[in-house]
Amino acid sequence: MQSQILHFPAKEAVIKHQQTGDLTISNRLSDVDDSLQGKPERANSLDSGHRACQGCGEALGARHAIDTALDATDGELVVVNATGCLEVFSTPYPESAWRTPWLHSLFGNAAAVASGIAQSMKVQGKENVRVIAQGGDGGTTDIGMGCLSGMFERNEDVLYICYNNEAYMNTGVQRSSQTPGAARTATTMPVGEHPGNSFGVGKSVPKIAMAHGIPYVATANICNPRDLEAKVRKAMSIRGARYIEVFVPCPLGWGTASCDTIKVARQAHNCGLTPLYEAEYGEITAVSKIARPEPVKAYLKSQRRFAHVFKKGNEHQLEAIQAIADANIRAFDLLENPAQGERF
Amino acid sequence: MLKQMDGSYAVGEAVALCRPQVVSCYPITPQTHIVESLGKLVKSGELADCSFMNMESEFGAMSACIGSSAAGSRTYTATSSQGMLFMAEAVYNASGMGLPIVMTVGNRAVGSPLNIWNDHSDAMSVRDAGWIQLFVENNQQSIDVHIQAFRLAESLGLPVMVNMDGFILTHAYVRVDMPEQEQVDRFLPPFQPFQKLDPQDPVTMGALVGPEAFTEVRMLAHKRMERALDVIPAQMEAFANIFGRDSGGLVKKHYEGEADTVLVTMGSVIGTAKEVVNELRDQGESVSAVTLRTYRPFPTEALREAVNGAKRVVVLEKSFTPGMGGIVYQDVVAALAGTGIEVQSVIAGLGGRPVTRESIRTLFAGCDKRTGFEVLDLDHATLDREITRESAVLDRII
Ligand SMILES: Cc1ncc(C[n+]2csc(CCOP(=O)(O)OP(=O)(O)O)c2C)c(N)n1
Ligand code: SF4
Repeated sequence: MQSQILHFPAKEAVIKHQQTGDLTISNRLSDVDDSLQGKPERANSLDSGHRACQGCGEALGARHAIDTALDATDGELVVVNATGCLEVFSTPYPESAWRTPWLHSLFGNAAAVASGIAQSMKVQGKENVRVIAQGGDGGTTDIGMGCLSGMFERNEDVLYICYNNEAYMNTGVQRSSQTPGAARTATTMPVGEHPGNSFGVGKSVPKIAMAHGIPYVATANICNPRDLEAKVRKAMSIRGARYIEVFVPCPLGWGTASCDTIKVARQAHNCGLTPLYEAEYGEITAVSKIARPEPVKAYLKSQRRFAHVFKKGNEHQLEAIQAIADANIRAFDLLENPAQGERF
Repeated sequence: MLKQMDGSYAVGEAVALCRPQVVSCYPITPQTHIVESLGKLVKSGELADCSFMNMESEFGAMSACIGSSAAGSRTYTATSSQGMLFMAEAVYNASGMGLPIVMTVGNRAVGSPLNIWNDHSDAMSVRDAGWIQLFVENNQQSIDVHIQAFRLAESLGLPVMVNMDGFILTHAYVRVDMPEQEQVDRFLPPFQPFQKLDPQDPVTMGALVGPEAFTEVRMLAHKRMERALDVIPAQMEAFANIFGRDSGGLVKKHYEGEADTVLVTMGSVIGTAKEVVNELRDQGESVSAVTLRTYRPFPTEALREAVNGAKRVVVLEKSFTPGMGGIVYQDVVAALAGTGIEVQSVIAGLGGRPVTRESIRTLFAGCDKRTGFEVLDLDHATLDREITRESAVLDRII
């Protein structure tokens, strides 16, 4: 409806947000800062005033990703959003936090809507206008999986970004296919003999994406915005179907302090639970090494959703999670110095 | 140009004449040939500057239509039955966003039990979705009404569904007059969206709307629907001026003057019905027939005018709601409230059961004694046997 269409003031050349990650050998101290983070021409695509929780990793990830994509495309960008936190907190009528053409349709169809937009732009001769679809892990890897796979298989000229906070946050933290073993959610409570989510379930959507043989797949983590930026930039330099999955902690759903979002994300990276890699046409082309490896314990300790793992009798859960991290470290050869791994 | 052709291919050609820019679809019987024909026209280059999207599901097909239309392209799809239900969530979404998508529905029953044959259950399943719903009576109309549907959708900012009876029309091989491109171009200007996704003028579409504005948004859709009641007859006239044919419109009164008993139906069944009505009129009976060519918005005024002077109206429909009865019947009752005209409900043709001349004769013969709704040609023996068998089990549970 027309009443749902909102118009915005022109973008101003003001840096409103700056994020350097938790390794604060900050870009503010370095002469050469080639990242978008510190530049005044940064678009602030997801403007301040939206209603995300404090420290929301998804809001952070989306702002970095879309700012970068806007920069990479000279502003010629359309964004499609699946239903979920990002959509709900950014566009409560009559407000909108988006400074880019943006459309929300449904929970499970962002990939198909984006496909339609890409084809529509193409027949109109506007191939300079690029399309991004984005959603949470539920909208992407559960209910949206059919449309996503179709988008990959047809090799539509769309970049799909999944912000993975490992559960359905918008509806009150229910389990998704990305919820890790042992994690407490509203549907996997820490009760009974095997508290929290079951082990051995779930799926790797980056690997499913790779199996489609699409031009580009990457995983990213908001603890490293420059890496995320580089991956989005690379994705926007390629035509065809692309997929980036960004690891984004959710203070509300995970039970972490709002100020610790980046720290928790960094811990996930350091312990090997969220391997960062890139793949082209189904083959892995790059893996980010872990500079400062840590056991999973510290990562789990900072989150209430894993509190039961540290209770007496649940040691096997802690071990199982450590085993997953170790397997990742081996499979992706994540350690810069393999001897480091022997510390734990 | 006069041509002998299959109803689906005729629709494909008519849609191609409308120069759609994106056709997004998923096959299902009996709609399949429509999208096959468009696929071929795009592939061969006869339909130029069009993207043909062969999707992974109907849900994906309607979703791609939403994206395509929101980005400013003339957009078309087609489906039937289970496909309609599979895309239903996106069907509501398309109208809520005011996207002028045109969709053909090759009307078919909805299972279970699985049944590929014709009735109007699929159209009724999305009756309240906010789409304009047109019903055609024959293959010439299906061509003409599709051409009008694009202009209607784009002039109102509402999606339009063109319902044509599965198999009876989609697979009928008949002679049609296929319009010339030049005529269609004169009737249908290029698509000019009210608003679209454009980096030069960023808009947010599909915002979350709370209780403070949701009702107003729904009422806006209703107001557009009301506008359609004026626009549809006006466009029908504009169409007649260019193509020399009366096709489409709100309701069709098939006989001049008043009659005691008026049959009200939708879709192709009027072909058979008219033969019986002609017979009865020849015998001096005061009967007549009216078809609803537009079902949503419901043409209340036009219907009241068309049945004016009748003692009774018999609604013959191919749709049914278990636990209640006729669906179109309820609309007609509401529309004729206060006129004093008695409204009767007759259901027939479910899941492809033929509605024969004999069926329609019994319909008229039963007018004096009908109470509640009647289902024509019902196999009472089978039904009674099953009821007895079921009750033996069910009574124990109660
Ligand atoms: C078809 C349908 N089913 C269910 C819902 C309810 N729903 C809305 S958002 C959501 C969960 C979103 O989770 P996710 O995609 O992971 O995004 P997050 O909120 O975590 O960012 C659910 C279940 C819906 N909107 N539509
Ligand atoms: S619930 Fe989680 S994902 Fe949702 S806004 Fe809050 S922090 Fe962000």
